[in-house]
Parts: sequence; structure tokens; C-alpha cells
Amino acid sequence: MRHVIVGRGPAGVVAAETLRAHDRASEVLLIGDEPGPAYSRMAIPYLLARQIREEGTWLRHDTTHFERQRVGQLETRVEALNAESKTLALANGTTLDYDRLLLATGSSPVDPPIEGVDLPRVHHCWTLEDAHHIMESAEAGSRVVLMGAGFIGCIIMEALKLRGVRLTVVEAGDRMVPRMMDQVAGNLIKQWCIDQGIEVCTSTRITRIEPGDEGLWLHCEPGEPMQADLVVVATGVRPNVGFLQESGVEIGNGIRVDAHQRSSVDDVYAAGDVCEGASWQGGRGVHAIQPMAVETARVAALNMVGREATHVGSLDMNVLDTLGLISVSYGQWMGVEGGDSASLLDERSGRYVKLRFDGDHLIGGITLGITEHVGALRGLIQSRRHLGVWKKHLMENPTRFMEAWVSTVP
Amino acid sequence: MGWQKKILRVNLTEGTCISEPLDMGWANEYLGQRGLATKYLVEEVDPKVDPLSPENKLIFATGPLTGTPASTGARYSVITKGALTGAIACSNSGGYFGAELKFAGWDMIIFEGCAEKPVYLYINDDQAELLPADDLWGKSVWETDEILHRVHQDPQLRISAIGRAGEKGVLYACIVNDLHRAAGRSGVGAVMGSKNLKAVAVRGTKGVRVADPERFLKVVAEKKQVLAENAVTGQGLPAYGTQVLMNVINELGALPTRNARDVQFEGASRISGEAMHEPRGSEQKPNLVTNQACFGCTIACGRISRIDKGHYTVVNRPEYWGASGGLEYENAWSLGADCGVEDLDALTWANFVCNEQGLDPISFGATLAAAMELYETGVITDEDTGGIALKFGSAEALTSMVQQVANGEGFGRELALGSRRLCEKYGHPELSMTVKGQEFPAYDPRGIQGMGLTYATSNRGACHLRSYTVSSEVLGIPEKTDPLVTDGKPALVKAFQDVTATVDASGLCLFSTFAWSLEDIQPQIDAACEGDWSLDRLLEMGERIWNLERQFNIAAGFTGKDDRLPKRLVSEPVKSGPAKGLVNQLDKMLPEYYQLRGWDEGGVPREETLERLGL
Amino acid sequence: MYRSLSIDPDKCTGCLQCEMACSYEYEGVFNPAHSRIKVFTFHQEGRFVPYTCTQCADAWCQHACPVDAIRVDAETGAKEIKENLCVGCKVCTIACPFGTVNYNHDRGKVLKCDLCGGDPACARACPTQAITYVDGDWAGYEKMRAWAARTDNATHA
Ligand SMILES: Cc1cc2nc3c(=O)[nH]c(=O)nc-3n(C[C@H](O)[C@H](O)[C@H](O)COP(=O)(O)OP(=O)(O)OC[C@H]3O[C@@H](n4cnc5c(N)ncnc54)[C@H](O)[C@@H]3O)c2cc1C
Ligand code: SF4
Ligand code: SF4
Repeated sequence: MRHVIVGRGPAGVVAAETLRAHDRASEVLLIGDEPGPAYSRMAIPYLLARQIREEGTWLRHDTTHFERQRVGQLETRVEALNAESKTLALANGTTLDYDRLLLATGSSPVDPPIEGVDLPRVHHCWTLEDAHHIMESAEAGSRVVLMGAGFIGCIIMEALKLRGVRLTVVEAGDRMVPRMMDQVAGNLIKQWCIDQGIEVCTSTRITRIEPGDEGLWLHCEPGEPMQADLVVVATGVRPNVGFLQESGVEIGNGIRVDAHQRSSVDDVYAAGDVCEGASWQGGRGVHAIQPMAVETARVAALNMVGREATHVGSLDMNVLDTLGLISVSYGQWMGVEGGDSASLLDERSGRYVKLRFDGDHLIGGITLGITEHVGALRGLIQSRRHLGVWKKHLMENPTRFMEAWVSTVP
Repeated sequence: MGWQKKILRVNLTEGTCISEPLDMGWANEYLGQRGLATKYLVEEVDPKVDPLSPENKLIFATGPLTGTPASTGARYSVITKGALTGAIACSNSGGYFGAELKFAGWDMIIFEGCAEKPVYLYINDDQAELLPADDLWGKSVWETDEILHRVHQDPQLRISAIGRAGEKGVLYACIVNDLHRAAGRSGVGAVMGSKNLKAVAVRGTKGVRVADPERFLKVVAEKKQVLAENAVTGQGLPAYGTQVLMNVINELGALPTRNARDVQFEGASRISGEAMHEPRGSEQKPNLVTNQACFGCTIACGRISRIDKGHYTVVNRPEYWGASGGLEYENAWSLGADCGVEDLDALTWANFVCNEQGLDPISFGATLAAAMELYETGVITDEDTGGIALKFGSAEALTSMVQQVANGEGFGRELALGSRRLCEKYGHPELSMTVKGQEFPAYDPRGIQGMGLTYATSNRGACHLRSYTVSSEVLGIPEKTDPLVTDGKPALVKAFQDVTATVDASGLCLFSTFAWSLEDIQPQIDAACEGDWSLDRLLEMGERIWNLERQFNIAAGFTGKDDRLPKRLVSEPVKSGPAKGLVNQLDKMLPEYYQLRGWDEGGVPREETLERLGL
Repeated sequence: MYRSLSIDPDKCTGCLQCEMACSYEYEGVFNPAHSRIKVFTFHQEGRFVPYTCTQCADAWCQHACPVDAIRVDAETGAKEIKENLCVGCKVCTIACPFGTVNYNHDRGKVLKCDLCGGDPACARACPTQAITYVDGDWAGYEKMRAWAARTDNATHA
């Protein structure tokens, strides 16, 4: 039996380990197109901020780890999948057979449709290679414009700031992290960033980038053109499914999978950023976050070795540290119709908490400035715990979520 | 170390919060808490000031062992000139607040002046600020606690606050922290209220260090074992709390009953620690839910109680259905035996209200007892009380009056004056069971002679916690003395007073001394604090603190004439029990006590005494 | 079989000796704010509940860590933070459904229980045996794990 995994990100690596843990005998092969040891994208900001060196981004630190696990590694690109013959066409010209296949190819950043994004000194911040480009240009004092204040944009922001650059953030939405934070929290974060010396332009689009004598010229709508030595683009990502076009694998927003992470084609599974699976709250979606990448990978691997495991749906969860202001969001923080909501705001100290309920279940929440016991929000949401009297307590004081969680300890 | 070496000075008039280094010279002479804060007060406040004026200061002080693993190291004290007594006040409290203040990096807070509008102090480590409390004014301690937790979005905030009683200037208003632990006596809450200071909310994440952690942890572990193996601290207190005493003291004929007309209460067993364990009422559940420890305490004498849902006090009042701080011996006595009430749930409820609204239950109960006697003798009439029959034994009188006092309504406004002023007002000062204006607690000095001298000479007015000779006279700790004789009592009282001052100054709880002698405590202080803290040094320090307090009182206008007991105790012989026929023989003890203290016949410390103590 | 921390809330008096012991073990300071074990007070019920990491067999925190900074100690089974590897991303703090991984601003790293290498300071400090370190699994602890299973995205096979 040969298990082949495409993609050496967190999903691919965790799947390989899980396969090995439950199947001592089969062959496990990890294929990835990025050079060097398997690494974690999430660690890139800390590399940019000079808090770690490149080794610090590695997914596994023991260099003999994969060898000891008897997981084979292949550095190449998969060009196509032939599901009928159960083969992969590789960029090095060869084909490879598989018995079970896991697609964990992640996603790639999308370019905004504007003139000039292909100029030198305009970079994404997605791969280690991107990081090296950025580090070359983002020196203390240089003018850097960050396009996009979404989750990834905000994470990079802190790292850039720590490099000492003069930073301007341009976001088309009306607030920062619009998909993770509500208006109140998004604006608090914005104000916080401004107070830390970052220029923030929300509801602003960059319409064109032009080369100039002293750096790049960025044309904005509304607003005056601005100059930059470096532009970092963080305007969204798209699952890496291009190589599957002829394969018969059903694609929606990503590779469509069932609760066992199976694609529409026999013996082909998908996990991580690339898959479109069930969402925790119902419906389907792509949940491009680290915790869900590894959890879907585990479920996929268990099923690949014939152990029935189901994924109960991906819960959105994010934690963000914008220059010391820590924000967290879970699940349906935007609420559902007819559901209750409780919130507390202390602008002075930058603290905010908002919980969303459906009946007496917690379904989502946002916190700002709170670092203790936040995981309990996940516990409350995903155990679908009936809150009982705690619903009332939480409506009165939503900061008491950890007590609500602990209260039912046997 | 042990100290954070930093004090917070809050000027309420100016609205400023300033950090100052702790005066280590003084710390070396007074250690901390009661001792050190008294030194600051003496240096900074004219003893003659009106306690409720802006010139008085209010000090919240921890000791070097507060916030360390030394068992019972939870304590902080509030030091000021007492509203009830006009004497030095030092009210000690447990719970978690004191330790949290320490964790935030502060040894004490000195409040001075008076805020123009209600404020509260918010401390988050180094950051300290006065915030408007307009919305909190008029709220109970419990509501304030809830609101501040919500406003600051911090479930781990620790709060100390006054209730409506402190705002309204009830002269025995207390300061309540952690919902039901109180700096209870002498009206420190009224002083806080007079300054327009509603609450102190603190969160500390800096932690506490000690000088020699290895030695400290070793000795602390040994001494915890001593507490665990001792019958009182290891069994009696955890099981029954201080309420372990109710039946014992009653049998001894030393339980002041009905304003000390009697010394035995026929209902004692129904309001005792044992009774709190018995299933009762409509729910057939015991009053006691569990015991609770203060921060770092391995004794855990605190009572957490619930009122039976069928009891008249809580019908349709779900806010009182949950568990909260239950009856300690002193409160069960003052609200119960002293008023002749034997309804355990009514006492528990009255006690809840005292915590909720910030009243000292000892003074409240004893004041009500005096009013009941005045009512039964016809001095106070239905007209005065608004038709409520203030009869001994009436639970309804108790529960309606506690509310009236808290709300500043009706006859409650008279009771708010405290027993001495009330009895004077109605022309019967002899019926007030007070010394220096403060109501005495649950031990009748006719049945426990040493307690007479204890009450008479206590620097903060009648009080059991200044020299708890009950330990020796009743429990035989450290050795048994006869409660009915006066021989040896002056020396006993002096020794207890000095040791107690030292224990208080350290930040430990006095109850630890049921099992610990100063020999057990000394090595804990010595390992925690820089310098050499020998037994002799600590003993002398206790004496120094005592004399410093005495000097403050003398300067405030007190004289030996104030070292007096109520007439009843020295002239009305006890009617029943082992002490039958006895009165307290203060006369026999006082001169000897003065002499032992190195004071003149008028009770003034002699020059050479002061010099010896470096005062 | 690993030993585990057994917690009996009925015995807890809320003295917080465990929190002091835990913080001292790690930081050399008595500082409950940085304790890995926390006692929660349910005032209305008169209940005190010490609570800490359950050392899940399949640990969310560990899986979520992007840089392999959470490791299993071979002897105790504890999931331990390797501070030199932790980048402080806090993903484990939101991934652990028990809320038992906390972020420490001062250090820029996270804190969680690691069983003190097999001699937990909290259990040693507890005066009432509300926290004990026992052989094998304790029933109540199993119940906590059952909660965990319900929170799990995968049914453990
Ligand atoms: C800067 C940054 C910060 C982030 N911070 C967070 C965060 O704080 N929290 C969070 O939850 N998430 C964060 N993320 C997102 C997180 O990194 C992703 O969700 C996670 O990496 C998804 O893992 P994956 O294994 O599915 O995909 P990936 O990590 O993208 O790995 C997929 C791998 O497959 C390779 N590949 C793709 N196509 C092929 C092919 N045809 N042949 C061979 N190989 C192929 C890719 O090159 C890549 O190496 C961050 C991402 C970035 C870029
Ligand atoms: S920290 Fe949380 S997820 Fe990690 S082992 Fe402990 S309980 Fe499990
Ligand atoms: S905070 Fe540290 S231990 Fe936790 S997930 Fe991030 S890197 Fe791993």
C-alpha cells in the first residue's frame, strides 16, 4: 500500500505522521514543490521580525524526523492527477502510482487586478521565498505600504513594524480585519495601530502602481498618490487546485470533501487550506486556518488507513496580535437571526468581549485584550453545551466564559 | 524582601496617585501592616482631627508575609482614626484582596483628603487611577463587586468596598472585600465613605518575592504541618469555624446574653457551629454549605452558608438564595445571643445584609441589644421605633432593623450611632456595653476575667482581637489559666497584646496562634524579610507598636479614665453558671498592668519606657 | 500508564496554595496570575474548582502548534512547551478547548501545565488533597476527557 500526500505544509506533515502512527507497514510519501525542510507559513512573521531564524519556521526540528518515521520526501511539483490510472504526473517528467492520495496543496495568494502588481519590490508574503524578498527591502526607515488589512495582512503588519519601517496600511473595507472582527473591534484595532505610529487608510483602494525615480508610486482612491520602497500585497488567497482540472475531482471553492475528507473520486482525499468541507455551523466553506488544516489532515489520514473518523465541521477561529493588542474570534461572531448577543466595551483599556448565542448555546464570540482561558470559548461552542443558568450569567457578564466552562466539570 | 518596598499615596482632594518608596527605616522597626501603617498615621495625622474630616487619613496595609505561601498570609488591615471611637483604628481582614494588592506591587495605600465626587481606585499593577463612582454610589458591596468585574472585564479583579452604610456614615460601617470578608470594626467604612471613596479594585500580576526562598519554603511547609496536626486549627476550625466556641462559652457562663443581662443563652445550641451542620427547614439541608479559606490559609475556618428557601427573610428574594459568608462566632453571638434571637436563618440573613451593605455585625447586634433593653424598660417606645417591637428574641426586629440601619431609614438612623451614643441620647449611658465607644464582643468578662482587662485596655476600643486571653483561660493555649481569677492576668494580657501586634504586623492571621507560638512564626518572618528578625526583636516590636498606638490615643485625648468597663460588668454579679456571683475585677488588674507596661498610674507611658522602645 | 493529576473540587477550600506553588516552580516568584493551575470560585454554590490541562491523549494544542514547540514528555506524558521554539503565535491558546493554555505578555510565550516533570508542585502544596497525583486514570478525569471527546473534530478511532 502506498499513501501519497501532495503538499508539505502542516496538513501534509500531520497527515503523514498520523498515517504512520496507525499503519506501521505502508509506504508514506510526501511531495512538495517548495525547497528545503517542511516549514510553517505561520512562522514567517516571526522570521521577518527577527525573532527566529529560518530553522525556527520548520514544522519538525529534528532533521531525521521523517526518516525515522519512514516517511519519504520528494521535492517536485505535481502537474496532474489521473484518477483512473491512480497516477500523478510530476514536474520532473515521471509518473507516480498511489493507492491512496491526500491532496494538501494549500492555497496561494491572489493578485489584485491592478496595473503594476508585477513590478519589482511588490511582493506577497506567503512563502519563505517571499519573506526573503521582503527582508531585502524592508529596512529600518524604509517606506512600506501594506495592501490589505485582513487577518494575514495584520499579522505581517506587526512584523514589519518591528523591523522599524515606516508603515502605511491600505484596506478597501471599512475597518481592519473585517472578516474576523466586528465594527467595534475592527475600529479599536485601527485606532490602536494608529497610536502605535502606523498610518491606516480604510475604505481606500490602490488603483495603480507605477515605478518612479525614488521608489514606487501608488495611486489611491480616494486620496493622494503615495510613495513606497516596498509594497506587500495581502489581499486574499485561493486554493491550489489548478493541477486538478482534468482529474474529475469535484471543485467548488476548493476541493469538495465529505465528512471523512473524501473527495468525489475514490481513494482521493483532501485536507487543509485546499479543501472545501462542512462548516461547523452548517453549510460548506474553505477554512484556511492552521488548526483546521491539521484537524482535517488527521481525519483524512485516519480514514485512509481504514479507521472511520468524521470531521464535525470546521470552526473558524483566529488569534491576532497587533502590536500588543490581542484579539480573538470564534465561529459565528456575527450572530444568527433571533440569537442573543452580549457585549462589553471598555475603550479606555482596549478591552472588548462579545458573545453570540443561538438559544442557550454559544455559537461564536470576539475578545479583545483578553489572553486568559480564551480556548474555553471553543470548548463551549464545540461541545454544544447547554448553558442553562450560565446563559443568564454570560448575558450579564460575558467575560465569565471560563467559569461557564469549568462550572460543568464533574 | 517580603515587602514590595513601594506605597501608593492617593490624594483624593487633588485626584492624584503617586508611588513612593516604602520607608525601610520604619519597616525595620514596625515590620508591616498594623505596625508600619500606625507609624505612618502617627507621623502624618494630627490625633485630634475629626475622624470624618479630610484631614484624617485611611491606610490599607499589607504585611511582609501577605501574599506568600506562609499559611494564613492573607491579611491586610485598614488603619485610620476610628469613626466610632475617635481612637486609633486598625481593622484586619482576610480574603484575597490583601494578597492581590501585594501582587500588584504595593505594600500599602494611603488615602488622604476627600474627593469632591464619589470615586473608586483602580489598580492594575503599576497603573493606579481614580475613576468616577457616581454610578456605584448607593449600590451595595455585592452590586459594586459585580459591576466592577464587568466594567473592567476582569474576572480576577479583587475588590474592597463600602456599602450603603459607609456612604451614609453609619458609625460602625465596615469595609468589605471579596464579598464577605471585612475590615470590620471601629467604623473604618464610615471614614472611607466620608472621603467619597467607594471602592478599591485591584489586579496584580507581579508577584511577591522573599529574601531566602529555600529556607522560607522549608519552614513554611513545616509550620503548615503544625497547623494540620493541631486539634483546633486542624479539626475544630475547619469543621465548625469560630462557631466551635458557641456551646463552650455558653457552658462556661461567659456568653453575654440580652445586652449582657445574662451570661448563658438558652438558645445557644440552636445557633451553634454544630447546629449549622444539621438539616433543617423546608429543604432539610444544613445551613453550612462548605468551609472556605482565605488566601494561602491552610486552616480554612470561613463559613459559607445558605438560607433555607422557605425562610421568611428570603421568600421571593432569589438574590439571597445563593451561598455566601455565614456566621462566625462573634456574629452569631451579637445578632443571636445578645439580642436573644435563636433563629439561625434570621441570623444568617442579617449577617448577609451586614456584608452586603457594609455593617460591622458585632457593633450592630450589640447596639440593637442595648436598644432592646431600652425598649423593654420603656425608655424607647413604639413611637420611636415606628411600631416595631424591639423585644429580645424577636427575629423580625433583628431583620427589619438591619435593613433600616443599612438604608438609613426610620429607627435605623438612631441605631447607626452605635450603642454608646444611642444610650447617652436616651439618658442611660450605663446600658451601653462599650469601651472607648466600641461595643465589646462575645466573651463576658465576668466569666473570663482576663477579657475584662483586654477590653478595657484595647487601643481600638473593646475588642477580643487585641489580646485573646480566651486562648489561655478557656482553651489552655499556650497553657491553661483559671478564667475566674485575676492573678497573673495583667502579665498574660500584656504578653498577648504584644505578640498579637507582631502577628498582625507580619500579615498572618491571629487564628494561626491557636497552634503557633511566636517561635513558630519568627523563622517564617526571618526567612521572608531581609535582616535578622530575632524573637527578642519581634517581641520588643510588638510592645513598641502597642505603645505607639497608646500614644496616639493619649494625644487624641484619651486618658486612663477611658480604660473602663461598663458598670454592669463590674457591679452586677452573674446570675448563673460557673461564674455565678462574680463581677469583673478590673480594679485588681489595671494598676498591675500599668506597672508591667511601664506606664504611670494615669496610664501614660513613662519616659524611660518610651526611650527603651525607641519612641 | 501515565500518572495524572486528580482533582476533587469538594475538598478544595480556595486557599490558592497550588497557584503559589505552581508560579514559584516556574518563575521563582509567588504569583498566582502566572499559575498554570487556576482555582475557580463559584460563590453562589460555595464551590471551588481547581482546573488545569488534562494532558489530552490527542492534544489540540500540540497539533495546532505551527513550529513543533509542544512536545510530549516520554516519562510523564505531559504536553510541554519548549520555550526556545515557541514563537508566541497563541494558536494553541485558541485551539485548546479547555482554555488551559495562556499567553504571558512579559515573556511573549505561552504557559501550560507540564506536570513539573512528574512531581507536580500543586499537588504537593495542596493542604486538603483536593489535588493529588495518582496512578492511572481517575474517574472524574475520564469524564473531563469525555467532554474533550465531544469537542473533538475527529472521533478517535
Ligand atoms: C504570513 C502568514 C501568517 C499566517 N498566520 C496564521 C495564523 O496566525 N493562524 C492561522 O490559523 N493561520 C495562519 N496562516 C495560515 C496558515 O499558514 C495556513 O492555513 C496553513 O499553512 C495551511 O496549511 P496547508 O498544509 O493546508 O497548506 P500550506 O501550508 O499552504 O502547504 C501547502 C504546500 O503544498 C505545496 N503545493 C501546492 N501545490 C502543489 C503541487 N501541485 N505540487 C506540490 N506541492 C504543491 C505548497 O507549495 C505548500 O508548500 C498564516 C499564513 C501566512 C502566509
Ligand atoms: S493544553 Fe489543552 S489541548 Fe493541550 S493537552 Fe492540555 S487540555 Fe489538551
Ligand atoms: S504560542 Fe508557542 S506553543 Fe503555542 S502554538 Fe504558537 S508557537 Fe506553538
